[in-house]
Amino acid sequence: MFRKLHESDAPVAIEIDGKTVSAEVGESVAAVLLREADAWARLTPVTQSRRAPYCMMGVCFDCLAEVDGKPSVQTCLVPVCDGMRVTRQCGKRRI
Amino acid sequence: MRQAEDLIITQVDLLIVGAGPAGMAAAVEARKHGLDVLLVDEQPSPGGQIWRSVEAGEGRDDILGSAYFEGRDVSKAFRACGAGYLPNAQVWQVDRGFRVLLTSQGQPQILEAKTVLLASGAQERPVPFPGWTLPGVLTVGAAQILLKNAGQIPVEPVWIAGSGPLPLLYAVQLLRAGGRIAGYLDTAPAGNWRAGVVYLPGALRSARDLIKGLGWSAVLRKQVKMVRHVTSIEATGADHIESLRYKVRGGPDVVVPAQLLLVHEGVVPNIHPALSLGCAVSWNSAQHCFAPQVDGWGETSVENLFIAGDGAGIAGAKAAQLRGTLAAIRISTKVGRLDHSAANGLAGEVRTRLRKELAIRPFLDALFPPRAQIFQPADATIVCRCEEVTAGEIRSAAAVGCPGPNQIKAATRAGMGPCQGRQCGYTVTRILADVQGRAPAEVGFFNIRPPLKPVTLGELAALAGRSTGDNQGLFEDTIGSADPHVVE
Amino acid sequence: MQADVIVIGAGTVGAAIGYGLASRGQRVIVLDGGDRDIRAANANFGLVWLHGKGMDMPAYYFLTRKSVDDWQAFDEELTDATSVDLQYEHRGGLVLCLGEDDFAQRRDNLLRLHNQLEDATDPDWEMLDRDALRKLLPRVSLGEEVSGASLGKRDGHANPLRLLASLHAGIVQKGGSLHRGCSVRAVQGHSGGGFSVDFGSGRASAARIVIAAGMGSKAIARQVGLDVPIRPQRGQILVTEKVMPILPLPTLDVRQTREGSVMIGATHEEVGLDCSTTAEAAAALSANAVRQFPALAEVSVVRQWAGLRILTPDGFPVYAESESHPGAFVALCHSGVTLAAFHAGLLAESIAAGRLPASLNVFHHRRFDVPQAA
Repeated sequence: MFRKLHESDAPVAIEIDGKTVSAEVGESVAAVLLREADAWARLTPVTQSRRAPYCMMGVCFDCLAEVDGKPSVQTCLVPVCDGMRVTRQCGKRRI
Repeated sequence: MRQAEDLIITQVDLLIVGAGPAGMAAAVEARKHGLDVLLVDEQPSPGGQIWRSVEAGEGRDDILGSAYFEGRDVSKAFRACGAGYLPNAQVWQVDRGFRVLLTSQGQPQILEAKTVLLASGAQERPVPFPGWTLPGVLTVGAAQILLKNAGQIPVEPVWIAGSGPLPLLYAVQLLRAGGRIAGYLDTAPAGNWRAGVVYLPGALRSARDLIKGLGWSAVLRKQVKMVRHVTSIEATGADHIESLRYKVRGGPDVVVPAQLLLVHEGVVPNIHPALSLGCAVSWNSAQHCFAPQVDGWGETSVENLFIAGDGAGIAGAKAAQLRGTLAAIRISTKVGRLDHSAANGLAGEVRTRLRKELAIRPFLDALFPPRAQIFQPADATIVCRCEEVTAGEIRSAAAVGCPGPNQIKAATRAGMGPCQGRQCGYTVTRILADVQGRAPAEVGFFNIRPPLKPVTLGELAALAGRSTGDNQGLFEDTIGSADPHVVE
Repeated sequence: MQADVIVIGAGTVGAAIGYGLASRGQRVIVLDGGDRDIRAANANFGLVWLHGKGMDMPAYYFLTRKSVDDWQAFDEELTDATSVDLQYEHRGGLVLCLGEDDFAQRRDNLLRLHNQLEDATDPDWEMLDRDALRKLLPRVSLGEEVSGASLGKRDGHANPLRLLASLHAGIVQKGGSLHRGCSVRAVQGHSGGGFSVDFGSGRASAARIVIAAGMGSKAIARQVGLDVPIRPQRGQILVTEKVMPILPLPTLDVRQTREGSVMIGATHEEVGLDCSTTAEAAAALSANAVRQFPALAEVSVVRQWAGLRILTPDGFPVYAESESHPGAFVALCHSGVTLAAFHAGLLAESIAAGRLPASLNVFHHRRFDVPQAA
């Protein structure tokens, strides 16, 4: 859906559902999710519908994903860091 | 286990929530008068939304425009002023007196403050229409944040649908960045220029902004397919938006392929923190939203609680800085660091500049009112994104006599999800008003309670007295004296 | 407006009575208050519960047991009428014990209660040790202090908001009328019999009235010679984000809804008519939940709310007819969900017939006037 204007000088690598992708220090995890060809963050717990980031500012809760083992994280508010593991959240939380 | 002492930061004179223009200006001003200030914000760096990621934005000046980069100087001044700054912190409760509970880096914290300034800004108005929950539908603000925060733009030509200064600005920024716009669907209702021209004389006091805005429109009209008087839109697709249907007033439906759709129907104050504290709010009919009642300094109906910036009423970044400054001046008198006549002296010039900034507002409000479709969505439209409750279900509950939004919530689950009505509250109020023939002002809004943002049970439990081990929790066991196994 | 019965209050109690009356062909008008009026019905936990109840008042145990036994039929009939799924499950209910002393005390209390009943049937509960409890809850690990639990075999839970919505729809479906945003101001008895009720925007009259207005009942009931001693007791509840199914049975403090969210309750606070929520309660409730089920620590709380239980001096219901104003009834309790079947059943039937049965005499509030034996 989205693409970067410039490649980062010092990119970091994060994992999305096991796939390694390049990211730039300072950008949010949601921004990286939106660069995927198949850009989505979660399946809703009610109908298992796909959702992607919508507001990018923490007021819609559609960008929730599991980040480094912590579920239901608002990925638009979390900056990437090297080695971060992001897992899309499908339906209801598992514990 | 954490000790209770770790959980409390000693009392401050002023706690500011929000590191946008209002919050930063207030911090700088309060520090001038020697107050002990702490500013907390949920993002990793200062700027709020309008100056999102401004500290890192070098190299994007030519795209984003100079107004954005004014934020850089403000951020520098804020960093240097000596206020405490806690980024990545989500406030989930504010109690009168004041006690602020938040989570920072996964740890709960409790802060105490003599005065509190809420500078949590605004959010885009919820824009429900069929298909708005599909991946590939975002707000214009979201796209602009992606440009600011990640330097990224849409791959495919993007459709923009909405009205207001923000989508015009973004469209111009996108073109500068080499992006492509498939079409700009202007949803401002016909007759808006006639409505707005009444306010034009006042708006001319902000001539510079007016000219800038007209300039954007001119640029766009040359380069972009602009469709005016669009009354409704609909997004369709399986897992992702694939096509867009729109209707022009008096015209047929048009269907176009679409991979990305950006929507915007104005901005509304974030009233959740104010409502949770019991601040009086009133309906602003020019802006079609509730706003907290504040006096000339920004003080709310709750003593020593102030609101500045777009959270008090939509007025833009410059007005936000000025209001933040005014609030800080008044707060400084409240904590005894400034006497009243000095305060009034300082405030005079700020108020003059503020009046000038506010002068354009009535014109903009009249020019860009939200379109009717978002207040009367079709029955199948999802209104509550979190719980996936449709407009039809809400209408049914309203039709059988639910007396207000809280009973609608109880009957339909709308508003019970993590966003706590931020994306559906206004729509529920409007549907109820429409079905029952009442004014939105009288219908009211959801009852907002903490937590303002989700907080884990573990984080909450860490605050309690009843933990295993030798942790001295903060709160005594206050569940009550009854035997916990007693009848229910 | 004219009716056979006016029910004042459309919370869980009033709505069940109204539905029961309408189902029996009574012309019934049910009046309910405004959007922000105090409503225990919106704050309910949702248990349909028997075991552990009725200490020192066996009649309450038996009343509750009858209601619990009738709940399934009540659920089926109401669902038939309104198509609202109440999500009622009754595979048992647990009360977890923390530590060996707690376990022993729980068992002793239940035995004492059982002996008071002088009921020849087997107890409707059993004690489970930790191992047995683990087998019942395979998808969630138990806190290390959890020593076991009591299991009430008849216990269960339902969705309290759906119950309320369904009762409201049921009243209308059975030919009654429901008027919301109509807080009752005054009631008046007529010398020849009958009552008129003033609800601000209008009036209604009926041969009989039932006051089931929760905390608002006292002021209204006094006008027809019913002096009911009630006090509010705040209960705060937390609810989490939706989670995969982990709790197949409800416990007294923690239950998982059909949607997946976990509800955690509840406090018992004497704070007057204060419905605000507190961080202290959130912390204490969370700590309690995490002690029982440590895995919940990672789960987010999405909402917190408070309700005011309607408590009589002994905590048991009041069902009474006024002596000075025959035909005026009052119904007050804090277990409106559990007793819904009774309210829609025998109680509604009695009110329709114009008289409470002798079996309910023990619930008259005159019991509070009796001086305690020395």
